[in-house]
Amino acid sequence: MTTPEQKPFTVVGERLPRYDGADKVTGKAIFGPDVALPGMCYGFILRSPHAHARIRSIDTSRAETLPGVYAVVTAADLPPAESTDHRYARDNTFASDKVLYVGHAVAAVAARTPTIAEQAARLIEVEYEVLPAVTNVLEAMRDDAPILHAEMRTHSLAGRGDRPSNIASHFQQLKGDPAQGFAEADVIVEREFHTSTVHQGYIESHASVAAWSDDGTFTIYTTTQGSFAVRDHVVWLLGLPMSKVRVIPTEVGGAFGGKNTSYLDVPAALLARKARRPVKITMPRPDVFLATGPSSGAVFRVKMGATRDGRITAAQAELFYAAGAYPGSPVGSGANVMFGPYVIPNGQIDGYDVVTNGPRVSSYRAPGATQANFAAETVIDELAEKLGLDPIEFRIRNHAREGDARLDGGTHGSIGGIETLEAARACAHYNAPLGDPRPGMRRGRGVAHGYWGNWGARSSCTLSVNGDGTLNLVTSSVDLSGTRTTLAMQAAEVLELPPERIKPSVGDTDNTGYADVSAGSRTTYATGIAAIQAAKDVIAQMKARAAALWDVPVESVVYARGVFASGADLRCTFAELAEQVTGAGGSVSSIANVDVPEWGAGFSTQIADVEVDPETGKVTLLRYTVVQDVGKAVHPTMVEGQMQGGATQGIGWALYEGYVYNEAGHMLNANFLDYKIPTALDVPPIETVIVEVPYPRHPFGVRGVGEPPIVPPPAAIANAIYRAVGVRPDHLPMTPAHLLEKMGVIGNR
Amino acid sequence: MTQSKITKQLVSTTINGEPVEFLCEPQQSLLECLRDILGLTGTKEGCNDGNCGACSVLLDGQLVNSCLVLGVEIEGRAVTTVEGLADWRGLHPIQQAFLETGGFQCGFCTPGILIATKALLDRKPNPSEAEIRAWLSGNLCRCTGYDKIVRAVQAAACHLNTECEVDA
Repeated sequence: MTTPEQKPFTVVGERLPRYDGADKVTGKAIFGPDVALPGMCYGFILRSPHAHARIRSIDTSRAETLPGVYAVVTAADLPPAESTDHRYARDNTFASDKVLYVGHAVAAVAARTPTIAEQAARLIEVEYEVLPAVTNVLEAMRDDAPILHAEMRTHSLAGRGDRPSNIASHFQQLKGDPAQGFAEADVIVEREFHTSTVHQGYIESHASVAAWSDDGTFTIYTTTQGSFAVRDHVVWLLGLPMSKVRVIPTEVGGAFGGKNTSYLDVPAALLARKARRPVKITMPRPDVFLATGPSSGAVFRVKMGATRDGRITAAQAELFYAAGAYPGSPVGSGANVMFGPYVIPNGQIDGYDVVTNGPRVSSYRAPGATQANFAAETVIDELAEKLGLDPIEFRIRNHAREGDARLDGGTHGSIGGIETLEAARACAHYNAPLGDPRPGMRRGRGVAHGYWGNWGARSSCTLSVNGDGTLNLVTSSVDLSGTRTTLAMQAAEVLELPPERIKPSVGDTDNTGYADVSAGSRTTYATGIAAIQAAKDVIAQMKARAAALWDVPVESVVYARGVFASGADLRCTFAELAEQVTGAGGSVSSIANVDVPEWGAGFSTQIADVEVDPETGKVTLLRYTVVQDVGKAVHPTMVEGQMQGGATQGIGWALYEGYVYNEAGHMLNANFLDYKIPTALDVPPIETVIVEVPYPRHPFGVRGVGEPPIVPPPAAIANAIYRAVGVRPDHLPMTPAHLLEKMGVIGNR
Repeated sequence: MTQSKITKQLVSTTINGEPVEFLCEPQQSLLECLRDILGLTGTKEGCNDGNCGACSVLLDGQLVNSCLVLGVEIEGRAVTTVEGLADWRGLHPIQQAFLETGGFQCGFCTPGILIATKALLDRKPNPSEAEIRAWLSGNLCRCTGYDKIVRAVQAAACHLNTECEVDA
């Protein structure tokens, strides 16, 4: 396989030790909750005990007079709302007229110790008028449902609705003539699916330490995927110039989209200003479940048709996504990727974004895609089965290629979906026998194929040459899992220098160029392009220094393998030249700012072997393989880690994870015991097959890696369960109770 | 509600081989004492209810969740945290193995997993993969899918036992 730049790689593709590794294995890495400032006090947030209630009054007087309390803040301390979006963000920081979910922040206290802060918060008297709550997306859509926002009208194809509704929006994608397509089909499958609200489950809770200076500036240390996103959020809600807020990102203990959003930074900043001293807020684990941004629970109605020779003729789906308290579910991206891998001649997708009495959803790794893929790929599997076709063969027959139109109106660019499926069909796992089940057990193998578009966007990278020929690379892209290393590797590849010569680090909003959040699997790709540009510019500048030093035309200077040369006699190494730049043009540094408009989509095909106990409904994963097109694996160990980790999160969605609500809208499992994420015992060794179909718009062929692997696991496991026990699960998580119900062992709950 | 009068208690203990004395409130957990009083922030809080293992430390050689132990309970006992693994010779072989094999992603659960690994290998120098997975099932990791962690533990066992070669 060739890449856009034809040279063989020397650094890219190596399994180097990570630059941040030593601090991570010694406990020295500073994560959000580890930050402490001199004179710091502690904040505590008082949250709503009700899923839906009107706030009649808030009395903070008793809290304010408790000894050791420095400040109490509520929504009244925030500037007034300027737009609907602004009001939603403001109200999600501190509720003003209504609380919309259990855990909704109402007030915050800063005090000398965490204990006093919590005691004081309990002294705040909030009078609530409790209202009926709705957490289920379909119930929230009913005409008689409790209305969360009196002013909300449905935005749809027909314009703005004429009465209050929890349906924030309805959109439609249409291609060809679905009715005609279904008429041409020999086989039609129609199914309904339900998925639960799920959380990113990062082990590091949220934390923010804010300091205020009497010159009116704020400094905020926070665990986030985007320092600039936090800065922009804080200045938006506090009405400040951007230059007045400095956000310093810490190491991040897992994020997966959930740390794109700021929760504690505005309360910490408000408290710090009022208390006139630094304030630290850390979020207790139950509040992380209750009051941050999980991914939508959703409902799908899917219909697909195909001809006897295995061609899909039509696909139709309705998607209903619960957004939580404010609009903005990932129903759009769910719709975009649902049938995305395939050529759908006639298709229609209707998507509904619906508010419910839960926390406002946020991004979670390939937002909206895993839910939609579960629905679509289960139906695809059933079609293949009805047609008597191998499930991989059926997918390959219908797979899109470069230039094919998607249902969302876009056109596929360079994609490696077919190569990924072919690699899955050829891999050891797919060709190995399933093996005999233990007595009384049943076994099955399932396959699913997932698609995710990835992202590009804005990044910045600064590269400075030191006097000894070492370099410092500084980026504003927060490093979530090793991107300092992959960025330095790409710069080293261009510079043709050993990677240990480059020291990468993450800067803050005062001292680096702008970057969008580290999200959308974009950092190694898009910030990598910035690192490559900066490295090329450094070489160009160094050539100019050499030309000045040698008094030769700059065009005569060549650079290869760490050596500058001109003519037959003039030669010096990168380090020797770095030592001599004073007087020859001065020190060399380069900042590259990019706004990457295009990016390569990723595909992941996954194979699951399960053993099901038909008496208990327990599912055991026997073997699991992730096959994925990554464009070019810059650091294969980390690429494998993304594939394994993404798949394991998807396994959690498939078998264990989901918010459980009672009638009053209270989440019953807001802890890691009852909201179970996979442990080392729950997953087999996740096998990986890296496919490299280079993406032509990246100099080394890189595609985003992190998100595609979470897309297919629930469908792959559902399809395996079907092969084992002959029933098709249609709920996530696929708990033992759900399977026993499907098998008719127990009645409907 | 009347404000409780805060009475701090003196604790004399050994942490990472050194004698340590500190004052804490009686309800403070060992985790809080380590992080907020002693500045040993390598030990992490993930859940504060004993379900994630990020706060794992050794108490007299026994693996415990430090969020479930009171600070006053370590009087006269010995605690080992992640900060106590490396010594003047450099990284502990377990740390070296995790670094070399890439047995971590974000690194947040890593201190707890390193400590749990030490407790395992102290008891069982050559654990099977099933034993490693069972032992580590109290330490949640959301990033890796555990495979690279298991390989790192195997490599660490190898480092500690002989000069054997391990495929990362």
